[in-house]
Amino acid sequence: MTFIIASLIKIVIVFAVFMTTLAYLQWVERKVLAHIQSRTGPLRVGPHGLMQPLADVCKLLTKEDLLPPYVNRFFYLLAPFIAVCLALISISIIPFGPEITVFGTRTDMQISDVNVGILFILAIGAVSVYGVALAGWSSNNKYSLLGGLRSSAQMISYELPFTLVIVSPLLLANQLSFRGIADSQAGYYLGFIPRWNIFQMPFPQIFGFIIFMIAGFAETNRVPFDLPEAENELVAGFHTEYSSMKFACFFMSEYANMVTITCVATLLFLGAWHPLFPAPYSNWVPSLVFLLAAILCFYQLTSPSPRRLDRITFPIFGLVALVLAGIWAIPQFQFILVPIWWFVSKVGLLLFTYIWVRGTLPRFRYDQLMHFAWTFLFPCALINLLLTALLVAIF
Amino acid sequence: MGHVPLSWYLVLSAILFALGVAGFVYRKSVITVFMSIELMLNSVNLSFVAFSYQLQRIDGQIYSFFVMVVAAAEAAVGLAIILTIFKNRGTLQIDEVDSMKL
Amino acid sequence: MIDTVLFIICAIVAVVCGFNLVLQKHPISSALSLIGVMSSLAVLYLLLGAEFIAMTQMIVYGGAVMVLFVFVIMLLNAGSEKASSKSWFAQIAGVPLLLAFVGILAFLIRGVLPPLGTVAFGSWVGGTAEHVGQLLFTTYLLPFEIISVLILIAILGAVVLARKEID
Repeated sequence: MTFIIASLIKIVIVFAVFMTTLAYLQWVERKVLAHIQSRTGPLRVGPHGLMQPLADVCKLLTKEDLLPPYVNRFFYLLAPFIAVCLALISISIIPFGPEITVFGTRTDMQISDVNVGILFILAIGAVSVYGVALAGWSSNNKYSLLGGLRSSAQMISYELPFTLVIVSPLLLANQLSFRGIADSQAGYYLGFIPRWNIFQMPFPQIFGFIIFMIAGFAETNRVPFDLPEAENELVAGFHTEYSSMKFACFFMSEYANMVTITCVATLLFLGAWHPLFPAPYSNWVPSLVFLLAAILCFYQLTSPSPRRLDRITFPIFGLVALVLAGIWAIPQFQFILVPIWWFVSKVGLLLFTYIWVRGTLPRFRYDQLMHFAWTFLFPCALINLLLTALLVAIF
Repeated sequence: MGHVPLSWYLVLSAILFALGVAGFVYRKSVITVFMSIELMLNSVNLSFVAFSYQLQRIDGQIYSFFVMVVAAAEAAVGLAIILTIFKNRGTLQIDEVDSMKL
Repeated sequence: MIDTVLFIICAIVAVVCGFNLVLQKHPISSALSLIGVMSSLAVLYLLLGAEFIAMTQMIVYGGAVMVLFVFVIMLLNAGSEKASSKSWFAQIAGVPLLLAFVGILAFLIRGVLPPLGTVAFGSWVGGTAEHVGQLLFTTYLLPFEIISVLILIAILGAVVLARKEID
C-alpha cells in the first residue's frame, strides 16, 4: 500500500516538474538565443517574459485545429500522439537522487527502477522515429515526406554511434540499471578527483561523452542536425501540415527528448547526482551559488537599468535567490536537496549547451550529415568501445 | 487464481503463426508478404520464450535472440532486393514479377 | 490478477493487429499493425521473465527492422495493392484450412503436450542481461560468432544489391 501511495506521489511530482520544465525550457531557449544574437527576447508577458509559456499554451490551445482534406486521417492524428507519448514515457525510469527515507518510508528518487533501464531508453528512442516518419508520410505533402524520410534515415544512422558509445560506461559499471550505474560513480580518486565516468579509470570516457552529445543532437533533431525541419529547404519539414495542439505535441516531444537525453548523459558520464567536491564542501555549494546570484541581482541596483521595471524585479529575484540559499543551507533537508541540485545543475548545463550550439552553429548539408555519421562518428565510437573493453579486461 | 496457463501463450503463438501464413499466401504486395514472414518468426519467438519459462532455462531465449538477429539480416537483404525489384520492374505486385528475364 | 489482465489485453492487441496486417490493403497500415504485434509480444516476454529479450525485441524489431520497412515503403511511395485474381482453391479452402491448422495446433498444445504449468509474473526472472550474456558467451559462443559473420554477409549483400547502377 505504501508502495502505491509513494509511487503516486512520485508520479505526480515528476510529472508536474517535468511539464513545467518543458514549458520554461522554451522560454530559456528563446532568452538565451536572443542574448546570443544581441536581442532581448520575450519581454512583454510578465517580468522578463516569465509568463510567456502560459501565453504560448493559451495561443496553441485556442488556435484553429486544421485537418487538411488530403491527409491520411488516421495516421495524421496518430503521429503526434506517438511522438509525445513516447517522449514522456522515458522520464519514468530516470533516477534523480539517491535512496532516501521520508516519514519512515524508504524510497528511491525515481518512479521505477528497471533492471534493464538503459535498454529501455534505447528501445523508446528507437521506436520514437515513427512519430516523425508517420507525420511526414501521412501529410501527403512532398516537403513533409522529405522531412520524414530524412528524419528516419538520420535517426537510423546516428543510432549506431549512440548505442555503441553507451556500451562503454556500461562496461565500466557492469550494470544496466541506472541506479547501479550512478552508484558505481560515487567516490573520489586521491580524495578530490570524482569517479565520474568521464574521469573513471582505466579509460576516461571523455571522447565517449563528446560522441554521445553529438549523436544526441542528431537523435533529437536539433541544430546543427535539424534537417527534418530545415526551414529554408522544407518549409517546416515533417510538421508542415500540423497546427494548434498537434503541433504543440511535436514541439513538446522535441523538448522532452532533449531533457531525457541530457538526463541520460548526466547519469552515464557526469556522475549522476554525485557532487564535484567531497561531501563536507559540496553540501554548501548550492547555497553559495544562490547567494552569488542574489548578490548579482542586488548589484544590478547600483547601476540603474534603463527599464524601470527592472528596479522592482531584480530585488525580488535577489530575495528569491536568498530564500533558496537559506533552504539549501538547512542541514535536515540537505540529504534530499543537495543531490537533486547537483543532478539538476548538470542537466541544466547540458541543456544550455544544446541551446548554445543552436545559437552558434549553422546547419549541416544532408550528405555531410550522413558522411559525418558513417565515416567519422561511427569509427570513433567503435575505437572508443574497443579501447575501453581492452583496458577493462586488462585491469 | 490469477495465473495464466502457459498453454495460452502457445495458442496465441499458433494463432499469430496462422495469421502470418494467411498473409504470406493471400497478399500480393512483396512488402506485405515479407512482413508476414516477420510475423511468423515473431510467433515462433513467443513459443521459444514460453518454453524457456516452462523449463526454467535460458536456452530458449537465446534461440529467440538468434532468430531476431537472423530476421534483422534477412530484412536488410530482403528490402535491398525489394528496392532492386522496384527499380527494375516498377511494381511491387508479386504476381507481376513473373518473368525470369526483362 | 494483474498479469492475467495484462496477458489478455496484450493477446487481444496482438491478434487484432495480426488480423489487421493481413486485411489492410496499404503496406504502411500493415507495417503499423506489425509494430503493434511486436510491442505486445515485448510485454508478453516481460511477463515471461525475459527482460533482455523484451527490450531486444523493441530495439531490433520495433526500432531497426520495422523502421527499415517503413522507410522503404515511404521511399518507394508504394500505394495500396491491387486486388488480383486468386486461385479458386485458395478462395474456397483457404480459411477453413487455416482454422483447421490452428485447431490442430491448439489440440496438440492442450492435449498431447505433457501438462504445462502456469505463468506467475516475477516468479522466475532468468532472462536478465547478465544471465543471457553468460550463456551467450560460453555455451553458445560458436553460434554467436557464426551469426555475426552472417550479419556481415548480410550487410555486404545489402550494399551490393542497393548500389546505384546494376548491370
